[in-house]
Amino acid sequence: MSNLVFDGAKGHDHGHDHEHDHGHHDAGEMKIYGFWIYLMTDCILFASIFAIYAVLVNNVAGGPAGHDIFELPYVLGETACLLLSSITYGFAMLAMHKGNKSGVLGWLFVTFLFGLGFIGMEINEFHLLISEGYGPNRSGFLSAFFTLVGTHGLHVTSGLIWMAIMMYQVSKHGLTGTNQTRLSMLSLFWHFLDVVWICVFTVVYLMGTI
Amino acid sequence: MANSHHSNDAASHEPAAHGSFKSYMVGFVLSIILTAIPFGLVMFPTISKVATLWVVLVFAVVQVIVHLVYFLHLDRSAAQRNNVIAFAFAGLVIVLLVGLSTWIMFSIHTAMMAK
Repeated sequence: MSNLVFDGAKGHDHGHDHEHDHGHHDAGEMKIYGFWIYLMTDCILFASIFAIYAVLVNNVAGGPAGHDIFELPYVLGETACLLLSSITYGFAMLAMHKGNKSGVLGWLFVTFLFGLGFIGMEINEFHLLISEGYGPNRSGFLSAFFTLVGTHGLHVTSGLIWMAIMMYQVSKHGLTGTNQTRLSMLSLFWHFLDVVWICVFTVVYLMGTI
Repeated sequence: MANSHHSNDAASHEPAAHGSFKSYMVGFVLSIILTAIPFGLVMFPTISKVATLWVVLVFAVVQVIVHLVYFLHLDRSAAQRNNVIAFAFAGLVIVLLVGLSTWIMFSIHTAMMAK
């Protein structure tokens, strides 16, 4: 077993001094673990908002219910954007592990475009609802809806800003150990947001339409 | 089993889990299937509402697991143990938080005889 691990570490060679690289790698692992703990607390934040949504979903106050305002083909389009952005970020990570800088930048850019497409569609959806008079102040249901979907949207927006910064960092400094750690954390964040979106489209859009 | 797992890791450069092209594609294809079926059932109702509800819920749980395994690389390896423990604890908190909150609120709703 230890032999195999050693072989693996030997394969992980980007032309740096081996000992130095390994030490840096451990510090990076710890940072990624810390980021994972943050994501777990973020899970609990989303769980709270889901609980609020579940409690308020029937309080429509004479206004529209979910099945009156949800457009499932549109939501399917948003879902496709996020799902595609997940796989393209995966390709960016694979390129990173091969030390392929231009591959990382290319796939990050594609991921960024899909994420931007998702956010654009969501802003358009919110804009249409509000302009029809179905804003967050219309009913308890709509308050909870905008809070839940909006919080997810804000997270995706933060992810996009982070991704733009990483594209700049990688193009300027290359795939340094620090940048690899950051890209790994952004990977966790991005895939985590996709997991939250699965819960959103299931609980809000699909269960609201059935 | 354990052997083949480790040789796979060694082939993809380092022991820490980060997936391969194949594992990402498997996750992606499974996600497409697990997204398309619930959307299809809700958009073109073919089975009863209760059955649809259960299918949608079960598929969501399965898809979350697929994402955790193929995209977030959670597995039973030693490198992932702490991540899995943290996730399991967060899962427990979430079940208590969501389950008990909705239980209390719907009980109050029933006890107040509101509709």
